[in-house]
Amino acid sequence: MNSRSLQTTIIFLVVGGILALALGGFFGVASNRFSAMFINLQTWIFTRYQGFQDLVTAPGDIVALRQENANLKAQVSQLQAQLIEMQQRVNETEILAALVDFSRSNPESTYKAASVIGRDPSPFLHYIIINRGSNDNIRRGMPVVTNQGLVGRIDAVIADAARVQLITDPASSVNAYLQNADTSAVLYGSVTGDISLDLISQNVKVEPGDLILTSGLGGGYPADLIIGQVVTLRTLEFELFQQATVQPAVDFSRLEIVLAITNFRPVDITPLEPVSP
Amino acid sequence: MRNIIAFPLLGLVVILQSSLVSEIHLLQGYADLPMLIIAAWALQERVESAWHWAAVACLFTGFISSLPWIIYVIGYIGIVYIARILQRRVWQAPLLAMFSVIFTGTLFMHLLSFGVLTLLGTALPISDVATLITLPALLLNMLFSIPVYTLMRDLSYWVYPAEVMD
Repeated sequence: MNSRSLQTTIIFLVVGGILALALGGFFGVASNRFSAMFINLQTWIFTRYQGFQDLVTAPGDIVALRQENANLKAQVSQLQAQLIEMQQRVNETEILAALVDFSRSNPESTYKAASVIGRDPSPFLHYIIINRGSNDNIRRGMPVVTNQGLVGRIDAVIADAARVQLITDPASSVNAYLQNADTSAVLYGSVTGDISLDLISQNVKVEPGDLILTSGLGGGYPADLIIGQVVTLRTLEFELFQQATVQPAVDFSRLEIVLAITNFRPVDITPLEPVSP
Repeated sequence: MRNIIAFPLLGLVVILQSSLVSEIHLLQGYADLPMLIIAAWALQERVESAWHWAAVACLFTGFISSLPWIIYVIGYIGIVYIARILQRRVWQAPLLAMFSVIFTGTLFMHLLSFGVLTLLGTALPISDVATLITLPALLLNMLFSIPVYTLMRDLSYWVYPAEVMD
Protein backbone atom coordinates (compact mmCIF):
# COMPACT_ATOMS: atom_id res chain seq x y z
CA MET A 1 0.00 0.00 0.00
CA ASN A 2 1.55 3.30 -1.06
CA SER A 3 1.44 6.40 1.08
CA ARG A 4 -1.39 8.06 -0.95
CA SER A 5 -3.82 5.20 -0.54
CA LEU A 6 -2.91 4.94 3.15
CA GLN A 7 -3.68 8.64 3.54
CA THR A 8 -7.06 8.22 1.81
CA THR A 9 -7.91 5.24 4.00
CA ILE A 10 -7.06 7.18 7.16
CA ILE A 11 -9.19 10.18 6.04
CA PHE A 12 -12.13 7.88 5.29
CA LEU A 13 -11.79 6.15 8.64
CA VAL A 14 -11.58 9.46 10.52
CA VAL A 15 -14.54 11.01 8.70
CA GLY A 16 -16.53 7.77 8.99
CA GLY A 17 -15.71 7.57 12.66
CA ILE A 18 -16.79 11.16 13.28
CA LEU A 19 -19.98 10.50 11.34
CA ALA A 20 -20.67 7.31 13.27
CA LEU A 21 -20.09 9.11 16.56
CA ALA A 22 -22.32 12.01 15.42
CA LEU A 23 -25.14 9.67 14.35
CA GLY A 24 -24.69 7.79 17.63
CA GLY A 25 -25.43 11.04 19.49
CA PHE A 26 -22.01 11.41 21.01
CA PHE A 27 -21.55 15.00 19.77
CA GLY A 28 -24.82 16.30 21.32
CA VAL A 29 -25.40 20.01 20.62
CA ALA A 30 -22.92 20.18 17.77
CA SER A 31 -24.63 17.26 16.05
CA ASN A 32 -28.09 18.83 16.47
CA ARG A 33 -26.95 22.16 15.05
CA PHE A 34 -25.41 20.43 12.12
CA SER A 35 -28.48 18.41 11.36
CA ALA A 36 -30.74 21.49 11.75
CA MET A 37 -28.55 23.45 9.40
CA PHE A 38 -28.59 20.56 6.96
CA ILE A 39 -32.37 20.30 7.10
CA ASN A 40 -32.82 24.06 6.64
CA LEU A 41 -30.52 24.01 3.68
CA GLN A 42 -32.34 21.07 2.17
CA THR A 43 -35.68 22.77 2.74
CA TRP A 44 -34.47 25.99 1.13
CA ILE A 45 -33.10 24.19 -1.89
CA PHE A 46 -36.18 22.03 -2.32
CA THR A 47 -38.53 25.02 -2.02
CA ARG A 48 -36.59 26.94 -4.63
CA TYR A 49 -36.58 23.91 -6.85
CA GLN A 50 -40.34 23.52 -6.52
CA GLY A 51 -40.83 27.20 -7.36
CA PHE A 52 -38.68 26.80 -10.41
CA GLN A 53 -40.50 23.63 -11.41
CA ASP A 54 -43.86 25.39 -11.06
CA LEU A 55 -42.61 28.23 -13.20
CA VAL A 56 -41.45 25.88 -15.91
CA THR A 57 -44.51 23.63 -15.91
CA ALA A 58 -47.13 26.37 -15.16
CA PRO A 59 -48.74 26.79 -18.62
CA GLY A 60 -49.53 23.12 -18.87
CA ASP A 61 -50.92 23.07 -15.36
CA ILE A 62 -53.18 26.10 -15.94
CA VAL A 63 -54.75 24.41 -18.92
CA ALA A 64 -55.21 21.24 -16.89
CA LEU A 65 -56.58 23.20 -13.93
CA ARG A 66 -58.98 25.13 -16.13
CA GLN A 67 -60.19 21.90 -17.62
CA GLU A 68 -60.57 20.38 -14.18
CA ASN A 69 -62.32 23.53 -12.94
CA ALA A 70 -64.77 23.41 -15.84
CA ASN A 71 -65.42 19.73 -15.18
CA LEU A 72 -66.00 20.39 -11.50
CA LYS A 73 -68.33 23.32 -12.27
CA ALA A 74 -70.32 21.12 -14.63
CA GLN A 75 -70.44 18.45 -11.95
CA VAL A 76 -71.61 20.99 -9.35
CA SER A 77 -74.35 22.23 -11.70
CA GLN A 78 -75.44 18.67 -12.35
CA LEU A 79 -75.49 17.90 -8.63
CA GLN A 80 -77.44 21.09 -7.90
CA ALA A 81 -80.02 20.12 -10.53
CA GLN A 82 -80.21 16.66 -8.98
CA LEU A 83 -80.60 18.22 -5.55
CA ILE A 84 -83.49 20.41 -6.72
CA GLU A 85 -85.12 17.39 -8.36
CA MET A 86 -84.68 15.37 -5.17
CA GLN A 87 -86.13 18.20 -3.06
CA GLN A 88 -89.13 18.32 -5.41
CA ARG A 89 -89.54 14.57 -5.06
CA VAL A 90 -89.27 14.81 -1.29
CA ASN A 91 -91.96 17.53 -1.30
CA GLU A 92 -94.19 15.44 -3.56
CA THR A 93 -93.60 12.38 -1.42
CA GLU A 94 -94.49 14.30 1.74
CA ILE A 95 -97.70 15.57 0.13
CA LEU A 96 -98.57 12.11 -1.18
CA ALA A 97 -97.83 10.53 2.21
CA ALA A 98 -100.17 13.02 3.87
CA LEU A 99 -102.84 12.29 1.25
CA VAL A 100 -102.43 8.53 1.73
CA ASP A 101 -102.81 9.01 5.50
CA PHE A 102 -105.92 11.06 4.85
CA SER A 103 -107.45 8.44 2.54
CA ARG A 104 -106.64 5.67 5.06
CA SER A 105 -108.31 7.60 7.85
CA ASN A 106 -111.40 8.12 5.65
CA PRO A 107 -111.93 4.64 4.18
CA GLU A 108 -115.60 5.28 3.36
CA SER A 109 -114.56 7.29 0.29
CA THR A 110 -112.48 6.33 -2.71
CA TYR A 111 -110.03 8.85 -4.06
CA LYS A 112 -108.17 9.65 -7.24
CA ALA A 113 -105.04 11.77 -6.86
CA ALA A 114 -104.39 14.49 -9.44
CA SER A 115 -101.76 17.16 -9.97
CA VAL A 116 -102.70 20.80 -10.40
CA ILE A 117 -101.48 21.87 -13.86
CA GLY A 118 -102.96 25.33 -14.25
CA ARG A 119 -105.41 28.01 -13.24
CA ASP A 120 -108.22 29.77 -15.04
CA PRO A 121 -106.88 32.43 -17.44
CA SER A 122 -109.35 34.98 -16.06
CA PRO A 123 -108.50 36.74 -12.77
CA PHE A 124 -112.23 37.07 -12.04
CA LEU A 125 -112.60 33.36 -11.37
CA HIS A 126 -110.97 30.89 -9.01
CA TYR A 127 -110.63 27.61 -10.85
CA ILE A 128 -107.79 25.13 -11.16
CA ILE A 129 -107.06 22.58 -13.85
CA ILE A 130 -106.03 19.04 -12.87
CA ASN A 131 -104.42 16.31 -14.94
CA ARG A 132 -107.13 13.66 -14.48
CA GLY A 133 -110.28 13.44 -16.57
CA SER A 134 -113.02 11.12 -17.73
CA ASN A 135 -110.43 8.45 -18.63
CA ASP A 136 -109.75 8.20 -14.89
CA ASN A 137 -113.47 8.07 -13.98
CA ILE A 138 -113.57 11.72 -12.94
CA ARG A 139 -117.10 13.10 -13.33
CA ARG A 140 -118.67 16.53 -13.04
CA GLY A 141 -119.72 17.43 -9.50
CA MET A 142 -117.20 15.22 -7.67
CA PRO A 143 -115.78 16.93 -4.56
CA VAL A 144 -112.06 17.69 -4.50
CA VAL A 145 -110.12 17.68 -1.23
CA THR A 146 -106.62 17.61 0.22
CA ASN A 147 -105.56 16.15 3.54
CA GLN A 148 -106.19 19.62 5.00
CA GLY A 149 -109.78 19.98 3.86
CA LEU A 150 -112.23 20.86 1.11
CA VAL A 151 -110.86 22.39 -2.10
CA GLY A 152 -113.89 22.54 -4.40
CA ARG A 153 -115.68 20.41 -6.93
CA ILE A 154 -115.26 19.28 -10.52
CA ASP A 155 -116.86 21.76 -12.89
CA ALA A 156 -115.94 20.43 -16.34
CA VAL A 157 -114.22 17.29 -17.59
CA ILE A 158 -112.41 16.27 -20.76
CA ALA A 159 -110.59 12.99 -21.43
CA ASP A 160 -107.36 13.70 -19.56
CA ALA A 161 -108.05 16.87 -17.59
CA ALA A 162 -110.71 18.51 -15.50
CA ARG A 163 -111.53 21.98 -14.23
CA VAL A 164 -112.22 22.43 -10.53
CA GLN A 165 -114.24 25.27 -9.08
CA LEU A 166 -112.57 26.29 -5.81
CA ILE A 167 -114.67 27.17 -2.78
CA THR A 168 -113.04 30.63 -2.98
CA ASP A 169 -114.65 31.32 -6.38
CA PRO A 170 -117.15 34.20 -6.23
CA ALA A 171 -119.86 31.97 -7.72
CA SER A 172 -119.28 29.15 -5.22
CA SER A 173 -121.59 28.39 -2.31
CA VAL A 174 -121.26 25.46 0.10
CA ASN A 175 -123.73 24.35 2.74
CA ALA A 176 -121.71 24.35 5.94
CA TYR A 177 -122.12 23.15 9.49
CA LEU A 178 -120.70 24.85 12.58
CA GLN A 179 -119.71 22.01 14.84
CA ASN A 180 -119.55 23.83 18.20
CA ALA A 181 -122.67 25.91 17.65
CA ASP A 182 -124.52 22.94 16.11
CA THR A 183 -126.03 25.04 13.37
CA SER A 184 -126.03 25.29 9.58
CA ALA A 185 -124.86 28.18 7.42
CA VAL A 186 -123.78 28.88 3.85
CA LEU A 187 -120.19 29.51 2.82
CA TYR A 188 -119.54 31.95 -0.03
CA GLY A 189 -116.40 32.70 -2.02
CA SER A 190 -115.40 36.11 -3.26
CA VAL A 191 -113.43 37.80 -5.99
CA THR A 192 -110.61 38.48 -3.51
CA GLY A 193 -110.24 34.78 -2.71
CA ASP A 194 -111.54 35.18 0.84
CA ILE A 195 -114.37 32.99 2.07
CA SER A 196 -117.15 34.01 4.42
CA LEU A 197 -120.01 32.38 6.22
CA ASP A 198 -123.52 33.77 5.92
CA LEU A 199 -127.05 32.86 6.98
CA ILE A 200 -126.00 32.03 10.56
CA SER A 201 -129.02 32.28 12.79
CA GLN A 202 -129.04 35.18 15.26
CA ASN A 203 -129.98 32.79 18.09
CA VAL A 204 -126.76 30.77 18.06
CA LYS A 205 -123.51 31.72 19.69
CA VAL A 206 -120.50 31.40 17.42
CA GLU A 207 -116.94 31.89 18.67
CA PRO A 208 -113.74 32.63 16.73
CA GLY A 209 -111.92 29.34 16.19
CA ASP A 210 -115.09 27.28 15.71
CA LEU A 211 -114.62 24.49 13.20
CA ILE A 212 -116.60 24.61 9.94
CA LEU A 213 -117.51 21.39 8.13
CA THR A 214 -119.63 20.59 5.10
CA SER A 215 -123.20 19.81 6.14
CA GLY A 216 -124.08 17.59 3.19
CA LEU A 217 -127.34 19.51 2.69
CA GLY A 218 -128.29 20.10 -0.93
CA GLY A 219 -126.40 17.04 -2.12
CA GLY A 220 -123.52 19.01 -3.60
CA TYR A 221 -120.86 17.82 -1.16
CA PRO A 222 -120.57 14.90 1.27
CA ALA A 223 -120.96 15.75 4.95
CA ASP A 224 -118.16 16.35 7.46
CA LEU A 225 -115.40 17.59 5.19
CA ILE A 226 -113.29 20.22 6.95
CA ILE A 227 -113.58 23.71 5.45
CA GLY A 228 -111.88 25.99 7.97
CA GLN A 229 -112.30 27.99 11.14
CA VAL A 230 -114.25 31.09 12.10
CA VAL A 231 -111.96 34.12 12.36
CA THR A 232 -114.30 36.99 13.16
CA LEU A 233 -118.04 37.25 13.65
CA ARG A 234 -120.26 40.15 12.62
CA THR A 235 -123.52 40.40 14.49
CA LEU A 236 -125.89 43.30 13.89
CA GLU A 237 -129.21 43.35 15.72
CA PHE A 238 -131.17 44.76 12.82
CA GLU A 239 -130.00 42.02 10.42
CA LEU A 240 -131.68 38.65 10.08
CA PHE A 241 -128.47 36.62 10.14
CA GLN A 242 -124.91 36.76 11.44
CA GLN A 243 -121.89 36.69 9.14
CA ALA A 244 -118.42 35.36 9.79
CA THR A 245 -115.08 35.56 8.04
CA VAL A 246 -113.40 32.19 7.62
CA GLN A 247 -109.80 31.03 7.58
CA PRO A 248 -109.78 28.15 5.08
CA ALA A 249 -108.02 24.95 6.12
CA VAL A 250 -106.46 24.63 2.67
CA ASP A 251 -103.73 26.95 1.41
CA PHE A 252 -105.17 27.72 -2.03
CA SER A 253 -102.04 29.51 -3.22
CA ARG A 254 -99.94 26.35 -2.90
CA LEU A 255 -102.17 23.62 -4.30
CA GLU A 256 -100.03 20.94 -5.96
CA ILE A 257 -101.76 17.58 -5.55
CA VAL A 258 -105.44 17.09 -4.80
CA LEU A 259 -107.80 14.15 -4.32
CA ALA A 260 -111.10 13.76 -6.16
CA ILE A 261 -113.70 11.74 -4.23
CA THR A 262 -114.78 9.35 -6.96
CA ASN A 263 -117.53 7.44 -5.14
CA PHE A 264 -119.62 10.54 -4.45
CA ARG A 265 -122.44 11.33 -6.82
CA PRO A 266 -123.89 14.83 -6.42
CA VAL A 267 -127.67 15.04 -6.18
CA ASP A 268 -129.42 17.54 -8.38
CA ILE A 269 -132.27 18.91 -6.26
CA THR A 270 -133.33 21.56 -8.77
CA PRO A 271 -136.57 19.71 -9.72
CA LEU A 272 -137.53 19.63 -6.00
CA GLU A 273 -137.10 23.37 -5.49
CA PRO A 274 -140.43 25.23 -5.30
CA VAL A 275 -141.26 27.24 -8.40
CA SER A 276 -142.51 30.75 -7.71
CA PRO A 277 -145.88 31.41 -9.40
CA MET B 1 -99.35 29.83 -45.34
CA ARG B 2 -97.02 30.92 -42.56
CA ASN B 3 -100.09 32.23 -40.75
CA ILE B 4 -100.68 28.62 -39.63
CA ILE B 5 -98.19 29.41 -36.87
CA ALA B 6 -101.12 31.10 -35.13
CA PHE B 7 -102.38 27.70 -33.94
CA PRO B 8 -99.25 26.40 -32.17
CA LEU B 9 -98.26 29.87 -30.99
CA LEU B 10 -101.62 30.78 -29.48
CA GLY B 11 -101.98 27.27 -28.05
CA LEU B 12 -98.64 27.72 -26.32
CA VAL B 13 -99.60 31.20 -25.18
CA VAL B 14 -102.83 29.96 -23.59
CA ILE B 15 -100.90 27.16 -21.84
CA LEU B 16 -98.40 29.73 -20.56
CA GLN B 17 -101.26 31.98 -19.45
CA SER B 18 -102.86 29.15 -17.49
CA SER B 19 -99.74 27.64 -15.96
CA LEU B 20 -97.26 30.51 -15.60
CA VAL B 21 -98.70 33.99 -16.07
CA SER B 22 -101.64 33.31 -13.75
CA GLU B 23 -99.11 32.53 -11.00
CA ILE B 24 -97.34 35.88 -11.45
CA HIS B 25 -100.03 38.00 -9.90
CA LEU B 26 -100.09 41.46 -8.40
CA LEU B 27 -102.79 41.52 -5.71
CA GLN B 28 -105.51 39.53 -7.50
CA GLY B 29 -104.75 40.70 -11.03
CA TYR B 30 -102.52 39.17 -13.67
CA ALA B 31 -101.57 39.87 -17.26
CA ASP B 32 -103.63 38.64 -20.20
CA LEU B 33 -101.02 37.21 -22.55
CA PRO B 34 -103.40 36.16 -25.38
CA MET B 35 -104.85 39.69 -25.39
CA LEU B 36 -101.36 41.20 -25.59
CA ILE B 37 -100.46 38.91 -28.50
CA ILE B 38 -103.67 39.73 -30.37
CA ALA B 39 -103.27 43.48 -29.81
CA ALA B 40 -99.60 43.50 -30.82
CA TRP B 41 -100.34 41.40 -33.92
CA ALA B 42 -103.23 43.63 -35.01
CA LEU B 43 -101.00 46.70 -34.73
CA GLN B 44 -98.40 45.40 -37.19
CA GLU B 45 -98.52 47.23 -40.48
CA ARG B 46 -98.18 44.25 -42.81
CA VAL B 47 -100.53 41.94 -40.94
CA GLU B 48 -103.80 41.07 -42.67
CA SER B 49 -104.84 38.12 -40.52
CA ALA B 50 -105.48 39.82 -37.16
CA TRP B 51 -109.16 38.78 -37.14
CA HIS B 52 -108.25 35.15 -37.74
CA TRP B 53 -105.72 35.23 -34.93
CA ALA B 54 -108.34 36.72 -32.62
CA ALA B 55 -110.73 33.90 -33.52
CA VAL B 56 -108.06 31.27 -32.76
CA ALA B 57 -107.30 32.97 -29.40
CA CYS B 58 -111.03 32.96 -28.56
CA LEU B 59 -111.19 29.27 -29.41
CA PHE B 60 -108.30 28.27 -27.14
CA THR B 61 -109.01 30.64 -24.26
CA GLY B 62 -112.75 29.95 -24.30
CA PHE B 63 -111.99 26.22 -24.17
CA ILE B 64 -109.76 26.40 -21.09
CA SER B 65 -111.55 29.14 -19.14
CA SER B 66 -114.83 28.88 -17.32
CA LEU B 67 -115.64 32.48 -18.18
CA PRO B 68 -118.47 32.50 -20.78
CA TRP B 69 -116.86 32.23 -24.21
CA ILE B 70 -118.89 35.17 -25.51
CA ILE B 71 -116.72 37.46 -23.35
CA TYR B 72 -113.61 36.36 -25.21
CA VAL B 73 -115.29 36.58 -28.60
CA ILE B 74 -116.57 40.11 -28.05
CA GLY B 75 -113.46 41.15 -26.09
CA TYR B 76 -110.76 39.93 -28.48
CA ILE B 77 -112.62 40.95 -31.63
CA GLY B 78 -113.21 44.35 -30.04
CA ILE B 79 -109.52 44.70 -29.22
CA VAL B 80 -108.54 43.92 -32.80
CA TYR B 81 -111.06 46.54 -33.93
CA ILE B 82 -109.59 49.14 -31.55
CA ALA B 83 -106.06 48.23 -32.66
CA ARG B 84 -106.96 48.55 -36.34
CA ILE B 85 -108.46 51.99 -35.78
CA LEU B 86 -105.47 53.19 -33.75
CA GLN B 87 -102.98 51.69 -36.18
CA ARG B 88 -104.26 54.01 -38.91
CA ARG B 89 -104.30 57.04 -36.61
CA VAL B 90 -101.01 56.75 -34.70
CA TRP B 91 -98.97 54.57 -37.04
CA GLN B 92 -95.86 56.74 -36.57
CA ALA B 93 -95.65 55.90 -32.85
CA PRO B 94 -96.27 52.14 -32.65
CA LEU B 95 -95.48 51.80 -28.94
CA LEU B 96 -97.87 54.62 -28.09
CA ALA B 97 -100.51 52.80 -30.12
CA MET B 98 -99.70 49.55 -28.27
CA PHE B 99 -100.04 51.24 -24.87
CA SER B 100 -103.33 52.82 -25.94
CA VAL B 101 -104.72 49.52 -27.20
CA ILE B 102 -103.64 47.67 -24.06
CA PHE B 103 -105.09 50.34 -21.81
CA THR B 104 -108.47 50.46 -23.54
CA GLY B 105 -108.47 46.72 -24.23
CA THR B 106 -107.85 45.76 -20.60
CA LEU B 107 -110.58 48.09 -19.39
CA PHE B 108 -112.92 46.79 -22.10
CA MET B 109 -112.27 43.12 -21.25
CA HIS B 110 -112.67 43.67 -17.52
CA LEU B 111 -115.80 45.75 -17.93
CA LEU B 112 -117.23 43.02 -20.16
CA SER B 113 -116.29 40.26 -17.68
CA PHE B 114 -117.72 42.24 -14.80
CA GLY B 115 -120.97 42.94 -16.68
CA VAL B 116 -121.55 39.38 -17.88
CA LEU B 117 -120.68 37.78 -14.52
CA THR B 118 -122.92 40.22 -12.68
CA LEU B 119 -125.75 39.42 -15.09
CA LEU B 120 -125.19 35.73 -14.41
CA GLY B 121 -125.65 36.34 -10.69
CA THR B 122 -122.07 36.40 -9.39
CA ALA B 123 -121.57 38.96 -6.63
CA LEU B 124 -118.63 41.17 -7.63
CA PRO B 125 -118.06 44.35 -5.57
CA ILE B 126 -116.95 46.96 -8.10
CA SER B 127 -114.44 48.57 -5.73
CA ASP B 128 -112.69 45.22 -5.15
CA VAL B 129 -112.69 44.47 -8.87
CA ALA B 130 -111.23 47.88 -9.72
CA THR B 131 -108.55 48.02 -7.02
CA LEU B 132 -107.57 44.37 -6.69
CA ILE B 133 -107.98 43.07 -10.24
CA THR B 134 -108.26 45.72 -12.94
CA LEU B 135 -105.58 48.21 -11.87
CA PRO B 136 -102.90 45.58 -11.12
CA ALA B 137 -103.75 43.73 -14.35
CA LEU B 138 -103.49 47.01 -16.26
CA LEU B 139 -100.03 47.64 -14.83
CA LEU B 140 -98.83 44.11 -15.64
CA ASN B 141 -100.29 44.28 -19.16
CA MET B 142 -98.45 47.57 -19.75
CA LEU B 143 -95.20 46.04 -18.48
CA PHE B 144 -95.50 42.99 -20.72
CA SER B 145 -96.66 44.98 -23.76
CA ILE B 146 -93.19 46.20 -24.80
CA PRO B 147 -91.48 42.78 -25.14
CA VAL B 148 -94.63 41.27 -26.67
CA TYR B 149 -94.83 44.07 -29.26
CA THR B 150 -91.17 43.55 -30.22
CA LEU B 151 -91.63 39.80 -30.57
CA MET B 152 -94.77 40.16 -32.67
CA ARG B 153 -93.09 42.74 -34.92
CA ASP B 154 -90.28 40.27 -35.64
CA LEU B 155 -92.82 37.51 -36.21
CA SER B 156 -94.75 39.71 -38.65
CA TYR B 157 -91.55 40.18 -40.70
CA TRP B 158 -91.26 36.40 -40.90
CA VAL B 159 -94.92 35.76 -41.73
CA TYR B 160 -95.14 38.66 -44.20
CA PRO B 161 -91.65 39.03 -45.73
CA ALA B 162 -91.00 42.23 -47.67
CA GLU B 163 -91.55 41.81 -51.41
CA VAL B 164 -88.49 42.49 -53.56
CA MET B 165 -89.24 44.48 -56.73
CA ASP B 166 -87.32 43.44 -59.84
